[in-house]
Order: sequence, then C-alpha cells, then structure tokens
Amino acid sequence: MSRIGVFVCHCGENIARTVDCAAVAEALKDHPGVAVAEDYKYMCSDPGQALVKKAIEDNNLTGVVIAACSPHMHEKTFRRACDQAGLNKFMCEMANVREHCSWIHEDRGEATDKAIDITRTIVEKVKHNRPLESIHIPVTKRALVIGGGIAGIQAALDIADGGHEVVLIEKEASIGGHMSQLSETFPTLDCSQCILTPRMVEAYQHPNIKLHTWSEVEKVEGYIGNFEVTIRKKARSVDEDLCNGCGDCQAACPAKRIPSEFEAGLGKRTAIYVPFPQAVPNIPVLDRENCTLFKGRRKGLAKDVCGKCKEACLKAAIDFDTEDTFVTEAVGAIVVATGFKLYDIGREQPEGLKGYGEYGYGEVPDVIDGLQFERLASASGPTEGAILRPSDGKEPKTVVFVHCVGSRDPEKGISYCSKICCMYNAKHAMLYKHKVHDGRAIAFYMDIRAAGKGYDEFSRRAIEEDGAEYVRGRVSRIFREGDKVKVWGYDTLSGEQVVIDADMVVLATAMRPQDGIRELAQKLSVSTDEHGFINEAHPKLRPVETNTAGVFVAGACQAPRDIPDAVAMASATGAKVLGLFSADELEREPAVAVVDENTCIGCMRCELVCPYGAIEQREICAVDGHVCGQVAYVNPGVCQGCGTCQAVCLSKSVELQTFTDEQIFSEINALAYWE
Amino acid sequence: MSDAIDTSGAAANGFEPRITAFVCNWCTYTGADLAGTSRLHMASNVRIIRLPCTGRIDPLFIIKAFERGADGVIVSGCHPADCHYTTGNYHARRRFAVFHDIMEFIGVDPRRMTFSWVSASEGAKWRDVVNEAVTNVRALGPFDAYRALAPEDAGVATPAGPAAEVATPAATAKAEAS
Amino acid sequence: MTDVAYYPGCSLHGTSREFDESLRAVAAELGIGLAEIADWSCCGASSGHTTDHLLGVALPARNLALAEAQGFDTVLAPCAACYNRLSAARLAIATEDGLAERIPDVLGRPFANSVEVHNAVELLRDASATIEQKVAVAVAPNPLKGVKLAAYYGCLLVRPFEVCGYDDPEQPTSMDDVIEACGADAVDWDMKVECCGGAFSVSRTASVLRLGRAIIENARSHSAEAIIVACPLCHSNLDLRQKAMARRGEEPLPILFVTEMVGLALGLAPADLGMSRHFVDTAPFMTRLVKQAAERVVAEKLAKEEAAAKAAARAEKQKVSA
Repeated sequence: MSRIGVFVCHCGENIARTVDCAAVAEALKDHPGVAVAEDYKYMCSDPGQALVKKAIEDNNLTGVVIAACSPHMHEKTFRRACDQAGLNKFMCEMANVREHCSWIHEDRGEATDKAIDITRTIVEKVKHNRPLESIHIPVTKRALVIGGGIAGIQAALDIADGGHEVVLIEKEASIGGHMSQLSETFPTLDCSQCILTPRMVEAYQHPNIKLHTWSEVEKVEGYIGNFEVTIRKKARSVDEDLCNGCGDCQAACPAKRIPSEFEAGLGKRTAIYVPFPQAVPNIPVLDRENCTLFKGRRKGLAKDVCGKCKEACLKAAIDFDTEDTFVTEAVGAIVVATGFKLYDIGREQPEGLKGYGEYGYGEVPDVIDGLQFERLASASGPTEGAILRPSDGKEPKTVVFVHCVGSRDPEKGISYCSKICCMYNAKHAMLYKHKVHDGRAIAFYMDIRAAGKGYDEFSRRAIEEDGAEYVRGRVSRIFREGDKVKVWGYDTLSGEQVVIDADMVVLATAMRPQDGIRELAQKLSVSTDEHGFINEAHPKLRPVETNTAGVFVAGACQAPRDIPDAVAMASATGAKVLGLFSADELEREPAVAVVDENTCIGCMRCELVCPYGAIEQREICAVDGHVCGQVAYVNPGVCQGCGTCQAVCLSKSVELQTFTDEQIFSEINALAYWE
Repeated sequence: MSDAIDTSGAAANGFEPRITAFVCNWCTYTGADLAGTSRLHMASNVRIIRLPCTGRIDPLFIIKAFERGADGVIVSGCHPADCHYTTGNYHARRRFAVFHDIMEFIGVDPRRMTFSWVSASEGAKWRDVVNEAVTNVRALGPFDAYRALAPEDAGVATPAGPAAEVATPAATAKAEAS
Repeated sequence: MTDVAYYPGCSLHGTSREFDESLRAVAAELGIGLAEIADWSCCGASSGHTTDHLLGVALPARNLALAEAQGFDTVLAPCAACYNRLSAARLAIATEDGLAERIPDVLGRPFANSVEVHNAVELLRDASATIEQKVAVAVAPNPLKGVKLAAYYGCLLVRPFEVCGYDDPEQPTSMDDVIEACGADAVDWDMKVECCGGAFSVSRTASVLRLGRAIIENARSHSAEAIIVACPLCHSNLDLRQKAMARRGEEPLPILFVTEMVGLALGLAPADLGMSRHFVDTAPFMTRLVKQAAERVVAEKLAKEEAAAKAAARAEKQKVSA
C-alpha cells in the first residue's frame, strides 16, 4: 500500500499568490494512498527540508511528492533530502505548480484547481515508482577543448594544471584566435599579443595538453564521461615533426599576393604560410586552394608546375601528397570555445541577414571594420602600426567611427547588442588620435555601453583627453565621392543633419557565432539559439553548461563578450570539468531501459531504433544449457533513457525505469479526476 | 463532419476543454518552464505529462487520454535535428503521422490533436501552441465519443469520484507472469 | 505574347502623359500588348494608405480584382507609387491573417490574388534582349550609343524589398541594365535611391529643391548627360522644378522617362514619345545626340574604308613581290 507524503510549497509569493496552497494540501489529504499532506512557505529551505524528512520518518512514507517549482530546479535537492531520511530518492517526484501553473495563470480558482490536478497526477505516478539504485559509470579523465582562442586556451590550461590531459583542437593553423589580431586591449591598452603569446606558448608546451591545429571535429559519439571524438586533421602538406619553423618555404613561394586572413584582407600572404610570426605552432600550412601546384593538379596537368617550397625545405618536411587524416580521442568532457566572427556587410549573406547596401556593401575600400582597424593599428600589421588608408596609403585626417552596424537592428537580422563595440570604438578613437595628433575622430553612437571595471572611465578618456567627437545619431549613407568618403548622419541631440567628408570610416560590425556552429552543435547534441549562439543550460545559474551533460561552453560562442569575461567563463568550465573528473566513477540516474527476458520475443525492433546502439541480442539458455531463445539486452552504461525502444516494443517487454508504462498510464488515468 | 470549426455554441455554455500534453523533458518541458519564468500567461486547460523524449510516446497514451476525459491532446518535442537523444523525435513524427490517419479513420476529429516542435528557448511559442490548441478544441466542443472507446468494465471515472484500478496491458501481463 | 493589363493611374493620363505615350509606342515596337483595365479606379497612393490600412489595401485590390476578372495574370503599373501600392496590397492579402477572406467582401467581387504586378523598369529589363536586337537592326543610327546616362530609381521602385523584391533595395541595377541594352553607358553614381522629395513638391518646395539639386549635381559630377527616371513624381521634381534649382549659367540636365529612352534607341521620333512636354527642353540634347550619332557613323565608315584600302595595298605588295 502506498503511503505518500504530499508537500505543497508557497515559494514565498511565487506560488501562493495565485495558488491556494493550503487548499491543495487539503484536497490531497484524502486522496487514496496519501498519508500526509502539508504546505509550507519555502520547501527547499533547511526547515522545509527538515519538515519533509520528519514526515518521512513519522509516517513511514513510501513516496514523496513536492508540489513546487520545476523538477529541473530542485528535484536533486529534494531527492537528497529523502535519501538522508532513509527513503530511496527515486521515490520522490516533483509536481510543477510554479512554472507550469502559478506563474502562467491569473485566476486563483483555475490555478488552484490545476495545481491540485498536477499534484494528484504525480501522486498517481509515484504509486508506481520503484526504489532504484544509481548507475555508476567510469569517467575518462581527459578533456576536449574545441577552439584555440583565449577562452579555449584558458580552459585547456586550467584543466591541464589540474592534472588532467587535454586535447585542444583549433581549425586554423595557429592557436590565438581573434585576440592575436588585436593591437591593444581595453581598458588598459595592454599590447594584445604580449599578454596572449605567453599563454599560447604555455599551452603548446604544457605536458598535459595535446594540440591539434588545422583540425576540426568530425564526429562525436558517446556520452558524459565516455565520449569518443573523431578529429579530422586537415592535410597540412607539412610534416609537423620534421618542420623546424625556419620559414625558407615561405620565402621561396612564388604566390605572394593571396589576401591574408590574419590581416583581415589588408595584407597579403604566400600560399604556404604561417598566419603570423608569433604563431603557435610555428609550422606553416599549405593553402591548396591558392597554391600554384595544386591549381595545376586540379586542371589535370601531367606535371607539377611548382614545388619551390619543397625544394627550399632542408628538412624535407613538405609532402604534397598528404591527405586529411582522422584521429580518435577518448574524452570525458568537452568544452566548446569556438569564438566569434564579425558581421560582414557585403552582398552575400546567410539567411536572415541583409548586409549594408547603404554603407556600400563592403565595396568602398576606405570603409573598414573593427578587426581591419586593429591590423592597421598593430605594430606588426600591414602598415607597421601607421594608420593609413587602404585605397592610397595616405594618412587619414578625418576618421568616422560608426557604432551598432548590424547590432540592435532587427531590420538587418540582429536584435542583440554586441557588447564590446562601444569599448573598442573608444579604444580605436584613442589609438588613432595618439598616432595622428591633428586628426579628427568622430563617432556616431546610439548609447554608450561601458559597464565593466574601468570601462566608463576609459570611454570618457577618449572624449575628454583625446578629443574624440561623439555624435548621438545613426549614419544613413556612406559612399565614395572623389577622394573622400561621404558620411551622412544625424545628430539627435542638436537636431541637425551631419555630413562629413571623411578620409576613412570604421564600422563596428556585430559579433556573430562562427560559421559551421550549427553543424558542430548538432554533432554535440547541444542546441543553439536563433542567432546560432550555443544555448547555456540556465541563463542565470548554469551559464557554462549546456543541456547535454558533459559538454560545456565558454567565450563568445555563447554570446557576445569581451576578453575578461571569456577568460572567467573559461576558468569556470575548467572548474566544472575538474569537478567532473574528481571521482573515478560518475553517478548516473538509473533512467535506463530494462528488458524482461521472460516476455521478450527477440524481434529486435528496439535495436533498430536505439540512437546509441545500446541494445544487442542475447541468447538465453535453459537449465540444461540448451539455447532456447534470443532476447534483447540493454547495456545500462550506454543507454541514455529516451524510451524509444519501449514505444516500439511489440510485446511490451522493455521498460524505461522512471518512465514505465504503469507510471505514465497512471498519470493519464489521473485525468479522470478533473473537475 | 463540417470542415469549418463551429465557434458558435461552445463558449456560450461555458465549456472548457481538458487537454493533455505529452512533452519531452529536454525541449518542450524546459520551454514551458521558460514560459513560466518569463511569466507568459496562457490558457489553463492543459495538463502536462513529462516524458524523456517524444520517442517514448506510445499511441495508446493518446487513446487512453481521450478515453479518460481529455477533449484534446498535444504532443510536443524537440525540433528535427535537435533531439537530445538524436532520433527520438523522428520516430515520434512518423508514428504520429500514421496515428493521425488512424484516428481520423475511426472518427476522431484530427483537429483535437496538435503536434508541435517547441525548443527549450521557445517559451513564447509554447504559449502560442497552448492557446491555439485550447481555442481549437473549445470550438470543437467536448469529446463525448470517448465513452464509446472505453471498455464496458473499465470503471471509467465520472468527474465526481475516482476510477477503479484500470488494468493496463503491461500490468496484466506482469501480474500473469509473476 | 499575351496581353498585359495596363494600369495607368492618375498620373499617366494626366501630368505624365508623355510616360504613357512613350510606353505605348515602345510596347507596340516590342510586341507587348497593353490592354487598359476597364473601369480602373484610384489606388490610394497619395492619402488612401495613410488613412486606414483596410482602405489602403482595398483600393488597389479593386484594380487587381478587375484585372483578374478580365482574364489577365499580369498588371503593368508604370507609376512607381501605384506600383508600390498594388504590390503592397498583394503582399498584405497574401500574408496578413484573414485579409484574403475579407477583401472580396469589401470589394463586392471575388478575388484570388492571382495577378502579378510589374512596373515599367521590370517590363523593359525582361525585354532587354529584344531591345538589344531591335537597336542593332534599327535603320537610323542609335542616338544613345555611348551616351552617359544616370539611372535614378527614387524610393518606391525598389523599396521596401519585401514588397518589390525584384532588385537590390540599396544598390539596384535593373534600370542600368535597360540603359545598357539601349547601347548607352549607365554611370555609377551615388544618388540612385535618394529621395527627390516626392509629394512635398507643393507643400515643402524648398526641401524638394535642395534634394533635387543634390541629385542633379551628383549625376553631373559623374559625367551623366541625362537622368533616366521611371516615376512621374521624380520626373516632375527633377524636370519641372529644375529651373529653380539651377545655378546661373548652368546647362540644364534633361530628365527622360525610361520608356522615352528605349523609344529613342529603337529609332522612334522624340515627338512620338511625348518629349516635347518636358520643362527642360530636350531639343538641344536630341540635336546634339543625333549629330554625334551621324558623325560616329561617318567616322566608322571612313575607318572601314581606310582599313579596306590598307588591306588591298598590302595584298598588292605581296602579289608584286611574289
């Protein structure tokens, strides 16, 4: 006989304002199978939990139903309390009367009736709950970090310093990410490369970090503690063990005019290249798209038409016949840190974005974006730090900085604020004025968002000390007129139209997730939002986890953010991973499918539908050893508990523990009680 | 059966439909949580039954729900390609497609059943699914035909009192086996 | 080619009669049948759509319904404002909840929203190949060959993109394509889609003058010899008001309708295209162009004769030396 305890939480005013909690308890008191029904202001608090524990002991309860918030919120809390009181924790369930009731309805009568229904339904379910034991699975104490920018590097270092091996993969030829392209960082104006490269080298040399650059994730299988990740190491054409980074191949390469991705298109590189001098690893990669030899091969030429790099290489490290290879890594946790890219204002746009025809679709040479300005300002950039116009190399005397290009603009497809642009625009204005003392820096803004430590002061400095002119208004058009770039804008504070004959315009384009993020998310079974940013498990309290256990997220791939926040987030994922690795075994919920071999007919439909390959066929033998049948068997370590097998089972022989047919039918039957 | 939904009589006599929703834990249940956290108000006629995945849904659940007094049913899970268990929602979709036709064949108005994809970040969409389903089912009126589905000795409940312990196939088999 | 339903609207039979005249002449040349919609009425482009949304949709929809009932599948609305309202009504009926059911009731006639709406630029762009062919075989030399023309789209031909959809809303090229098909050079200039002031011509004339001046100056600075338009109000603002915009001693810039331009390239006489109705006199412009074309033909002929002579001389020399 069931002896179930029902505990209705007021949650302060959150539930009690709309649901009459006392009435709910009262209604459940006489429900068959309910031994005790109480209500209390804060069930999850210490006294609340003590109340539950006492009731378990006093009434010899066989089950507990907490009518309160969502199980996603506090199921663990209450299950732990029951466990402490000696009741198997899987005999405890939550009835969601807050998120699914008190918070979404206004009428007290309706909400209270609904709360009673919901609670009764769960009571009926719990009557069929079974006392289960957690499953323990081994944990592979190695981590995979996807993305070698500042966030990925930080996460890798934290986990590696914690004593565990990390596989760090990066799709470019070098780690460092966008931070390596910046000249100086706000609010300190620290040289970006100076603070980044030591970390890069540390990651490269760390005994616990295994680095795969020029590599991408191909496939992910498994689950928390037991992932198997297949990594595609793209064909570099350069043997990483033989190469000593001398650079002779680059000097020898005849194809010298390929636009450099690192220089954001403002500089050129060779076909065989190291992206920047401080690259880690300092091993070049051969760009087969633009390599003369490979172009010849694609045309079907009989003989290779170049090979100068190979000839120049004294270590014989270059091999034109390498193919992509695949490496499989077994890891227990995955950190996604793939970073961002900037909104490209050009004509070709992915679905949902529109580009900026009114700003010239990226075809006016002296209209550049933030990363391009960083390369101009950078001492190791294409102009060695001089601010010069891309069109004619002259020093611009009037530079216009435009905030919010793409960001906060639902018409153009992006509604969010990119967070960093107000800060880096101030920085750019300052850097420009520091280098061109008689120059004019004019910034068109909507609002100034400078909320970090020292940020507002930094922003004010650009105006008060460095003479940047800030105009509150939007820019309606940018086009080339002769030698100048005409900027048409509006000053909302004075109510005047503003026309500027600028020499150069810098657009603060929106931060977006990287290309290919949705495909990667699908491989990891994590979800993305409508913009492509990775979804966190809970926006307030679980910002570095995803809804897929064992997959964590750090940095700008989850939302626009700056370097300090990316680093903090990365260290947070490090802490989560180290926590995960702190025990040899992972305790898993016993929500797995179990086959009743007595009734199983061995049709193996379940095996066909299992997404994890957790089901196999087994022979069962009679007492004398005779094989008398085939049945299905579910591997409890692999099963993830989806229940698809149970839905297709013809003989109703497989049961998903915690969601058995009896439990679900009892919930459905409880509908009969609706008023 | 007329094609147009008759909106005339239903609201007049104060009929409020009962709708059972079978939702998956990872997407729709969480999306419904988000609707709650965002305080998005909606009709109160829906009772959610949580499942790990829509792939777990046996068509018998839906029939049982109708038999037990539901006037409408909602099935909702993760968007295609986003299932937490990778393929569960595909099985649900296929199953539901066939089931939908069967229900129509036996005379159950298919407008009583709603199939939707609601992700964990779509609180507003869940609200819209709920409100739309309630509006549609309210206009179709109470589903009295359920009484014809229930077996005679099933002890079908009346709103006033509890049902007798109904023997589900699994429970019976279990009882017989042990 | 099946006939196209022609919706002239108020302007084409009134203040922009030359747009209508040149359109009919060009359509006849290109074999495009135009049949004016019987009993057409105002599309509400001036004030209808700012008064009430349903009215703003029903007024244009009536004309589309008439066209549908009269058996057409395409409506040609040369006036940019009419074009924009007819297209906007189409979009609204196709996308707004309940409107498709309500409109037939309001109109008092059935309407399936099956007709497409095009403007003159689209029509001519789609007929570019035909235009090029005919220009090549025209008897008179093409007066527009090599002439620099600025395509001025204004606001309503390409915006909003959801309504118009046939060209880029910020950097359109459809009219430029028609210019090129006529053998002329479409200049790359900056005011293609900048507003001319529209209906403020009377209430805010100073603004229209300022806007128009910027447009004309920019066209001039990019070496345009004339501006091509496809909107009665743009034409009026740039043509009728140009005298007030012009600086002392400045040569006025002719403003031509796109249909007039195509007509000229096809060898039609300016008088048949209504070009005498312009305020900025097109006669000097045409005289210059015709003279230029004649000179060009003569020069080409001379060059051919010289080349033939040289070739003959070479052949002679070879014969002798052989």
